[in-house]
Amino acid sequence: MTQSIQDAPLIVAGRRFASRLLVGTGKYRDFEETAAAIEASAADVVTFAVRRTNLGQNPDEPNLLDAISPSRYTLLPNTAGCYTAKDAVRTCKLARELLDGHNLVKLEVLGDDKTLYPNVVETLAAAETLVNDGFDVMVYTSDDPIVAKELERRGCCAVMPLGSLIGSGNGLLNPATLALILEHAEVPVLVDAGIGTASDAALAMEMGCDGVLMNSAIAHARHPVMMAHAMRKAVEAGREAFLAERMPRRQSASPSSPFAGRING
Amino acid sequence: MRLLEICFREAAMQIQLNGEPSHFDGEPTLAQLVDSLGLSGRRIAIEVNEEIVPRSLHAKTRLQDGDSVEIVHAIGGG
Repeated sequence: MTQSIQDAPLIVAGRRFASRLLVGTGKYRDFEETAAAIEASAADVVTFAVRRTNLGQNPDEPNLLDAISPSRYTLLPNTAGCYTAKDAVRTCKLARELLDGHNLVKLEVLGDDKTLYPNVVETLAAAETLVNDGFDVMVYTSDDPIVAKELERRGCCAVMPLGSLIGSGNGLLNPATLALILEHAEVPVLVDAGIGTASDAALAMEMGCDGVLMNSAIAHARHPVMMAHAMRKAVEAGREAFLAERMPRRQSASPSSPFAGRING
Repeated sequence: MRLLEICFREAAMQIQLNGEPSHFDGEPTLAQLVDSLGLSGRRIAIEVNEEIVPRSLHAKTRLQDGDSVEIVHAIGGG
């Protein structure tokens, strides 16, 4: 007899998502590959960046939003490349205009271009401004439980600590601090940044994260579409393992086959 | 001829468009600017002097000398 697993959808700021895998659209060869990978990932939430339009070039060049339809996916504009709260707020306002009033954003304010580590002082300031302006803010941050709580207090609808540096593929370098964030959070916690392969995503989900956001792990795999599918299964497997509640760890062995009735007994 | 050129220069206005100086005769509206750039109907957002100008106001918003205009769109990102 199988026991059905009752999972709730991921709910962020009142929006319900069947998939707990969120994916980016950067670093792909072309929009065709982007669309195929996102399809294979089964993600509902898809991130993108806001940049100056190239002027004087081919006006018919394809647009990301033609490949990734806002009617099919929940688009999550990011503030990547912003180093100040002011620039991040400007970028979010441009994104809201670009998406006809859609107010869900991924806030990230970076500290320097070598580590892309979050500048939490600017991030906290931007979060406060954006929440007061009516944005639903999913926030990229360091894996610091105190900062995570401060961001939650400022009204962020999801806290997204890094597993390791953006684009590094180093996985979860500090599961202990992630566990502390999870223990105290009252909003969804998603690992954003650092995922390298399927086991990283599964581990984050097994620990009880509400979701995982990734870009490079899929786009920079040799076969992105296949990796997107692997990530889909990893996130699902990790989530189910979390809900199923793993066996306790023990120091000694425990045979799976009974001792009684052995022919040498 | 030279005098004419000077007069013309005085009549033209200069704005910063996506960080680059750009010259226009008269004072076009944002909608005219977008059209002249071949961007009509594209998914873009516009900021003038660091303030969003909603799409519904592009036809009514006239650019002025010295304005700083940013035109952005969506690109791939994480």
